[in-house]
Amino acid sequence: MMAVTVLAIAVQRNLFSVVVLAGIYSFLMATVLVALDAVDVAMTEASVGAGISTVLLLGALYLCGGEEAKPLARPWLPLAVAAVITGALVYGTLGLPAFSDPSAPIHVHVVPRYLNEALRETGVQNVVTAVLASYRGYDTLGETIVVFTAGAGVIALLRRLRRRGNGEPR
Amino acid sequence: MRRFLVLRVVGKLLIPFMLLFALYVQFHGDFGPGGGFQAGVIGAAVIVFYALIFGLPAARRLVPDAVVESMVGLGVLLYAGVGVAGLVFGGNYLDYFVLGADPVSGQHRGIFWVEAGVAITVSGVMLKIFYMFAGRRRALEDQ
Amino acid sequence: MSVAGHFASHYSYWITFVLMVAGLYIVIARGNLMKKLIGLSIFQTSVYLLYIAPGKLIGGTAPIVAPAFKVYSNPLPHVLILTAIVVGVATLALGLAIAVRIREAYGSIEEDEILAADRDGGERV
Repeated sequence: MMAVTVLAIAVQRNLFSVVVLAGIYSFLMATVLVALDAVDVAMTEASVGAGISTVLLLGALYLCGGEEAKPLARPWLPLAVAAVITGALVYGTLGLPAFSDPSAPIHVHVVPRYLNEALRETGVQNVVTAVLASYRGYDTLGETIVVFTAGAGVIALLRRLRRRGNGEPR
Repeated sequence: MRRFLVLRVVGKLLIPFMLLFALYVQFHGDFGPGGGFQAGVIGAAVIVFYALIFGLPAARRLVPDAVVESMVGLGVLLYAGVGVAGLVFGGNYLDYFVLGADPVSGQHRGIFWVEAGVAITVSGVMLKIFYMFAGRRRALEDQ
Repeated sequence: MSVAGHFASHYSYWITFVLMVAGLYIVIARGNLMKKLIGLSIFQTSVYLLYIAPGKLIGGTAPIVAPAFKVYSNPLPHVLILTAIVVGVATLALGLAIAVRIREAYGSIEEDEILAADRDGGERV
């Protein structure tokens, strides 16, 4: 179903329906994430992907106009590139551990310590919160600063109005 | 926007509960899914919802630009301040163990303030971005 | 391992790759800047899936510690992706802002029209 939505996004030229489809895609992604036990991530994806970014895309659409100009000229080169990359990636999975393999490297390194010690060390039951705010506090500080910087960038880009009327050589 | 009576009434009914949900997500993040990032986004979404129903000027009166912009900086400063507080109390930067009477309560306090900082910054940035995009056309027309 | 067995144990990766390559295709094949940004965010969600899917343990629960459960899915990718989503939307907004400015300067967000306008000696359309 997600693949169908993505293909529809790729084919559709009316940008409004693309934006709505992207919102649907985000909700589907959130559902998949719940199935994969990532409840925190699913919650974020549902509120961010389907809520905020849809509103943002619609706002930008309002400023930019809604129709994609022309159909694709030569889709074969990008398609070939995509096919080659898919093949390479699938070949790369041959060496990866199987789905839900408890002895995969991802499950044996630091994570058992987080799971066993987090409640005792931080008193926080949700391990995701504990790791986010405490064990990896530096990472989260960095992420917060990135969000801050992006906000500052948007302000810098959109605050000043263009000065075409005065001084623009035209 | 005066015509959408149903929308306005339902919006007025729902918005307090949405804000409450944002706060619940923020403060219940220790025990269930949730935390600063989600709460910030939901809180910003409430104001966006308000702006969509009642118009952007009303939302800007409710949450002025100056408040939003100071929220953006304040959250980062709060987060960094927690780190500095760890230094002041004799630990390392972002070391929460020294913030409370015993390590566990110190951790709890540190996580609480850090999450608060994240939520403030995230909701401030989201709201500011929305204001910028939504107010752009109006500003151009005014010129 | 047989092909069928391999499919059963690795198809989560392959779904991820389908999404990823579809996003990539939108980015390189489409000229519209908005469409490119949406393709980029699809690519991004596929990376979320790439991180989250290996962390799942069948029979595990969400990583919220409770006495009733013994097996939890891996919390570390959840943390990384949680922050990545919020950062992703912030950078998406930055990209959209740049697209809006391009639209105001060139009157178009189609890549070839912008390039054509640039070739004409930087004359604004």
